[in-house]
Amino acid sequence: MSIDENTAAKVAKLARIEVESQDLKALAKEFNDILGFIEQLNEVDVEGIEPMTSVTPQKLIRRSDNVTDGNKQTSVLNNAPISREGFYAVPKVVE
Amino acid sequence: MTNLNSLTISEARDKLKSKEISSLELTNSCLSAIDAADALGAFVHKTPELATEQAKRADERLKKENAPDLCGIPLGIKDLFCTKGVESQAASRILENFKPEYESSVSQNLIDNGTVMLGKLNMDEFAMGSSNETSIYGNAINPWKFDDRGLTPGGSSGGSAAAVAADLCLAATGTDTGGSIRQPAAFTGIVGIKPTYGRCSRWGIIAFASSLDQAGPMTKTVRDGAIMLEAMAGNDPKDSTSANIEVPNFEAMLTGDIKGKRIGIPKEYRLDGMPSEIEKLWADGTDMLRQAGAKIENISLPHTKYALPAYYVIAPAEASSNLARYDGVRYGRRAVLSSGDGINEMYEKTRAEGFGPEVKRRVMIGTYVLSAGFYDAYYNRARRVRALIKKDFDEVFADGVDAILTPTTPSAAFGLGEMSDADPVQMYLNDVFTVTVNLAGLPGVSIPTGVDKSGLPLGLQVIGRPWEEGDMLNIAYSLEQSAGFSSKPSKWW
Repeated sequence: MSIDENTAAKVAKLARIEVESQDLKALAKEFNDILGFIEQLNEVDVEGIEPMTSVTPQKLIRRSDNVTDGNKQTSVLNNAPISREGFYAVPKVVE
Repeated sequence: MTNLNSLTISEARDKLKSKEISSLELTNSCLSAIDAADALGAFVHKTPELATEQAKRADERLKKENAPDLCGIPLGIKDLFCTKGVESQAASRILENFKPEYESSVSQNLIDNGTVMLGKLNMDEFAMGSSNETSIYGNAINPWKFDDRGLTPGGSSGGSAAAVAADLCLAATGTDTGGSIRQPAAFTGIVGIKPTYGRCSRWGIIAFASSLDQAGPMTKTVRDGAIMLEAMAGNDPKDSTSANIEVPNFEAMLTGDIKGKRIGIPKEYRLDGMPSEIEKLWADGTDMLRQAGAKIENISLPHTKYALPAYYVIAPAEASSNLARYDGVRYGRRAVLSSGDGINEMYEKTRAEGFGPEVKRRVMIGTYVLSAGFYDAYYNRARRVRALIKKDFDEVFADGVDAILTPTTPSAAFGLGEMSDADPVQMYLNDVFTVTVNLAGLPGVSIPTGVDKSGLPLGLQVIGRPWEEGDMLNIAYSLEQSAGFSSKPSKWW
């Protein structure tokens, strides 16, 4: 199947990446090149094969539910582009 | 006498332990070499003060008995590793000025062993690329060349490869998601090890595709790789996929005796149109192993052809999820907003200017293959094919094959900019021999064994059984001894 400019715009929106409208055509072409390459997977008989969830047979290990870290407000905020009064600052989210 | 920076880890270890040299002398030699090598674009954040302080501390520790093998050894660290208080940007604009408040588990393991960090190394942005040309810092350049053209050191660990090949450091860390340690190692004539998935903790390494990413050493010799891997590896409660399996003394397993080992040669890796030099390299390596007493067997890994397309679904899918965290709120760069812009504009503008074209492309491909209506057709199908690729290997190993020999790359290093007009799929083909190993979670190592007609290095890959890096490295060691590759790039920088 082929991706048109509208689909490319929708994907960009879902990925939260701004794409200028004049760039959508080239983007759609790149998607089609890559998806064309991926289409080969349709040749494989995957009947009865479960999708792989873990490459090693080990079960995901559970840790005990204890607090082992915390009280690091300053270091957590040290890398924030903008912070105020001990919080991250962002544009208004609700009216 | 040779400059100290051109020593191997094992040579330097012996000289440090016998007090013939100090870590400070060794470190200063590397720092001078780094300052004279800006043309290579390998070191992107230099940390001379930290290195000097760590070297002095290592020298104190070396005065005592039983200092670790890596005590006092100067290393370069790939920019993908979070290093406390030192820029860690994954070569991306979106992590501009990010200075982690913590140290990655692997780099902490190295620090605990007394290593010295010389600085951070160039790479493809978020480890997405095979030529180090997607970096916000600009290209890293291969110290090898045969005419006026600058060649790629490979990618994504291109800065690590260039730095080790040019003797700017004794060794470096790399990470490998589809070939990012082994391909640059092959392009620069060094050794690169991708361990079994789960051998090295992923905690504190900036994530690309979590089910494929593994850290590993990039070194001048197989012995150095064995020493460094032992220090990097180990169980880590902070990474739930880190294996609770004992780390052996890999160096002690390098006997060079491979008599009776069964080596598989997979027919599916013989590509149509494969350059005759690569064919010859592979045949020569096969002969070397045969002469060393190994049994050579033809094997089949029937789903090999589907590894790259499966990878280009799975890796972007995981990347789109992992990279969702770069939102301009908690760390890194935030776009300048116009009045009236809300939170969505903040995300979209920040990510549009923060990510480079290859990263955006992969995030969006990943978003597409995970989106409603396509999840089964693309993502689930790719994961099923992945299961079949792993099964191919499982069956070969169950038949008693100890390791598999393949070329590392389909060509020698290519010119910078040469692939800029090709469609993205052409660049992806660089990983054709390496990507299967990540999909199956196996260990793999690239060893330089020859040169092409222009004198550029070429590498062979040994693929091992899961958790049998020691056995794999011993086969690589035998190959290294037989090939006797000792060429170095002549200094032009």
